[in-house]
Amino acid sequence: MILQSENKLRDIQPGQFANILVDKSQSTFLRRPFSIHFVDYAKNTIHILIKGIGAGTKCLSQSQPGENLSVIFPLGNGFTIPVQPSKVLLVGGGCGIAPLLLLAQTLNNKNHQVHILLGARSKDDLVELDAYQKFGTLHITTEDGSYGEKGFVTHHHLFADSLNSFDYIFTCGPEPMMKAVAAQAAKNNIQCEVSLENTMACGFGVCLCCVTETTEGNQCVCTEGPVFNIKRLKWQN
Amino acid sequence: MAELNISIDRLMLKNPVLTASGTFGYGVEFDDFFDVNRLGGFIVKGTTFHPRQGNPYPRMAETPSGMLNAVGLQNGGVDYFVKNIYPKLTGYQTNVLVNVSGSTVEDYIACAERINELEHISGIELNISCPNVKEGGMAFGTSCPSAEAVVRAVRKVYHRTMIVKLSPNVTDIAEIARAVENAGADSVSLINTLLGMAINAETRKPVLSTVTGGLSGPAVKPIALRMVWQVYQAVKVPIIGLGGIMNATDAIEFMLAGASAIQVGTANFIDPLTTINIIDGMNDYLERHKIASAKELIGQLQM
Repeated sequence: MILQSENKLRDIQPGQFANILVDKSQSTFLRRPFSIHFVDYAKNTIHILIKGIGAGTKCLSQSQPGENLSVIFPLGNGFTIPVQPSKVLLVGGGCGIAPLLLLAQTLNNKNHQVHILLGARSKDDLVELDAYQKFGTLHITTEDGSYGEKGFVTHHHLFADSLNSFDYIFTCGPEPMMKAVAAQAAKNNIQCEVSLENTMACGFGVCLCCVTETTEGNQCVCTEGPVFNIKRLKWQN
Repeated sequence: MAELNISIDRLMLKNPVLTASGTFGYGVEFDDFFDVNRLGGFIVKGTTFHPRQGNPYPRMAETPSGMLNAVGLQNGGVDYFVKNIYPKLTGYQTNVLVNVSGSTVEDYIACAERINELEHISGIELNISCPNVKEGGMAFGTSCPSAEAVVRAVRKVYHRTMIVKLSPNVTDIAEIARAVENAGADSVSLINTLLGMAINAETRKPVLSTVTGGLSGPAVKPIALRMVWQVYQAVKVPIIGLGGIMNATDAIEFMLAGASAIQVGTANFIDPLTTINIIDGMNDYLERHKIASAKELIGQLQM
């Protein structure tokens, strides 16, 4: 979904999110948070990747061109863009691939060496591969083996063969996937940031509902995250 | 322009619109959205004597026309508030109030004593109605003797305006309101959240880590309105009404039922500009009905 803003876009960091009101659904009450997938400053638009899963996302995915939506953005903190030229691995799974496009573009523009590893259940679940390919070397895994290497992202040969060559790993996807990626990063002493997705009521740090356990206690995913360095999280379990 | 100013005890509000504790952070979070000084005042989140980590995640469940929360009064404690938050609040040109909670009467007293020293805090809202903490909170607000005891104790050490926030999880809220009025409350605010529960049928597990939580949002508005109306007939102190207020019409309904002022809570999460829209909408209503002052709405339900 492409959203054109009434106001001139602020500078948006990869990993930041937008909180969208689902106006036409009877059964939803709160806004729905989405990673910002891509930004076109010339057209003053942001792109959102929506998969219709629950009532809110289904309703939003049926929006028609020209409709008005209430969107609060950009919210939260993005991924850390390295200062020194670096080799960076982006790992996305399922809907978690959304923030990685803008991230890949940003890293690519700053001349970092970008590898993008996307995981999906099956070939049909993979979207916009051409777009990702523009900003880095693309690697794919599917659980059923219908495209790329068969298995989960951590089964990809990059993990066994050349993980040590990376300076940073940035990941977003289902929590078990991120935990598996984070464990590999920690084992190999590679800087790793993950983008978390907890249920939120407000999205700007006042309801205190979306907390995650960190080394500094419970912290809001919306304002302290959604991107966290794994060193700050209590993920050892 | 109609006159919107209202007084609650010694508090002069430029309009009847306040924000509910726990839905407005420390106010500063809203500076990006609008000029917070336009509010009648804001009530910062529940502060306890000792720091509290709050309850584990998940703390929230969306429900039909509302939400359940089980935050559990996460806050840095009163010393943290005084040292790190209070300095950010002294520049506001509106009333800033602190919601005070505790597990024991001694905690309430110690917390209120510290807040009493703060010149720019115009009042406290004594929270005897939090459903999400194991000890204290709601336990104080569900019986007349315990409500009276904690209010009387805090009254001795707190010398500015003291509002007492009432729990709806009682058989007779008017009785509790009378008890806290007798104990020295300057005002009562109602209602806090209603105890509720959500279950995930697929996993057969409760949605909230604490199993039960507090229900808020438009789903509770009719109950809140009924309770404000009942309490209006039972006490003389001014009432602050809250519970599911989303727009100016809702706010006016609460005033007609007997509220002198209102608080906006859950609506802040969905539209951070709700309070400003309510202030403007209230003015429009008064002009349209040729009513000079918002004060003339209080308790003016036509039977």
